[in-house]
Amino acid sequence: MSITEMTAASLAVAIREGKTTAVEAAEAMLARIEEKDKELNCYVTVDKEGALRQAAKVQEKIEKGELTGPLAGVPVALKDNLCTAGLLTTCASRILYNFVPTYTAEAVINLQKAGAVILGKTNMDEFAMGSTTETSAYGVTRNPHNTDHVPGGSSGGSAAAVAAGECFYALGSDTGGSIRQPASYCGVVGMKPTYGTVSRYGLVAYGSSLDQIGPLTKDVRDCAVVLETLASHDDKDSTSLVREDTDFTSALVEDVKGLRIGIPNDYLGEGLDEEVKAAVLKAAGVLEEKGAAVERFDLSLVEYAIPAYYTIAAAEASSNLERFDGIKYGYRTKEYAGLHNMYKKSRSEGFGEEVKRRIMLGSFVLSSGYYDAYYLKALRVKALIKKAFDEAFAKYDMILGPVAPTTAPKLGESLADPLKMYLGDIYTIAVNLAGLPGISVPCGQDSKGLPIGMQLIGDCFQEKKLLRAAYTYEQYEKNSRNADIHRMG
Amino acid sequence: MANIISDETIEYVGILAKLELSGQQKEQAKKDMGRMLDYIDKLSELDTADVEPMSHVFPVQNVFREDVVTNGDTREQLLANAPEEKDGMFMVPKTF
Repeated sequence: MSITEMTAASLAVAIREGKTTAVEAAEAMLARIEEKDKELNCYVTVDKEGALRQAAKVQEKIEKGELTGPLAGVPVALKDNLCTAGLLTTCASRILYNFVPTYTAEAVINLQKAGAVILGKTNMDEFAMGSTTETSAYGVTRNPHNTDHVPGGSSGGSAAAVAAGECFYALGSDTGGSIRQPASYCGVVGMKPTYGTVSRYGLVAYGSSLDQIGPLTKDVRDCAVVLETLASHDDKDSTSLVREDTDFTSALVEDVKGLRIGIPNDYLGEGLDEEVKAAVLKAAGVLEEKGAAVERFDLSLVEYAIPAYYTIAAAEASSNLERFDGIKYGYRTKEYAGLHNMYKKSRSEGFGEEVKRRIMLGSFVLSSGYYDAYYLKALRVKALIKKAFDEAFAKYDMILGPVAPTTAPKLGESLADPLKMYLGDIYTIAVNLAGLPGISVPCGQDSKGLPIGMQLIGDCFQEKKLLRAAYTYEQYEKNSRNADIHRMG
Repeated sequence: MANIISDETIEYVGILAKLELSGQQKEQAKKDMGRMLDYIDKLSELDTADVEPMSHVFPVQNVFREDVVTNGDTREQLLANAPEEKDGMFMVPKTF
């Protein structure tokens, strides 16, 4: 097996045991990126020299016994909305084409303390607004399973990089499904933790009350290991939680006996592709066979999540993106007449279409005369949606369903009709409104060979239940695949 | 009810959003926003008279800390990102 095919956790063990080094791992990965990324475009920036420099340093610390953790020496890819001191951070926008942060995101610092080696920054939808990575100002990313298709988004570069073996694991951010959906489209594991679990300090804000950073990994074990490393309380993020229960790897147990799993009827209705439905229900059947109690129920309010989300997210975005003014950093227009004209021209030339659409919608719903009718209304609906989840979690340990209604669409098919694209977020978006944890786990492929993801949603702070169920399912699939190979052999 | 976005409204939104749109972009923006608001109007089907708006899922309070400087002097690095700077300050267009 090539080194680039290893999981993050197994690579760290191999480095610790002296079978390979952090430098060899980084070199192998950089060569892999060189070979694959011209076609896939997972990365906006590859930091070759920096990665090799970090790897040498980390290797030294490992040999001295100063770094012993489960990610020490393992190269990682970061979504390009995570600030990295000294390394270009563009948010895949023209307006930040030359922005070099002076500080590093807290989540990234946590990885660095654990001995991570940063390979570079991955492509995404501009400012994380989009579901296909096609709104990037730096070109589209292609799905490694079929390069005519999108990788999903907005963390499409991160998901595709993991799937293509262009990194051992990656970080993404999830505001309405932006980790889980590309993970599903690319056949990798992706998790959005409970809101407040991972510090947002240094994450370029989109919808602050919804944004969470999380891992995209090759398997469930890596997901738990990375999340355990990311989670921390941070005084610099006023919404950061104090949690004592972040030993997520303790949940890697093959046991779902007695777990109560609810499948919302609302998640299996109109618009859901038959092949996706069949794969997800088959996966549910596996969990049932392993001892979980699975039943269908009505979640209610599902169709209100998207309009509530786009109102709230656009409102927060319009406020958060006011900072891009052509003065302190980023793009400034060449010719202008006075200050306000400079603001307007810089922003109009610097932002892409989807970002402008959301800023305008957000400005409108927050404007006087419409604030109550739109913005406050959406916040009230959010409270109702949260209540519907509370009622569901009184009966069930977790909710199971698809991640997205279809597999990855073809490149070029989604942006023409924004509203239709938004509808694809139907199963992921309510999770962000309610602050819940959710995980996407590969559960098969459609007849075109495109991956399908199963989503498990937990109540706040119940990541461990999700990881346990995901791990149990993954182990079952792995064992039955091995058994098939054995029979055929 | 279909939302018709007037020229005045899109002009006003452009001022709030600090965006300058061409004539064609304005027409497109009017259409896009109208369609999105039609969709968002779905929320009015729900009776929320007795529901408090929920901005955060968890109770969020102000987090206070002592006003102590913990970061070093990064003025040069910060100014290196500025489109224009002069004498250690950001350069802005003449404002009056």
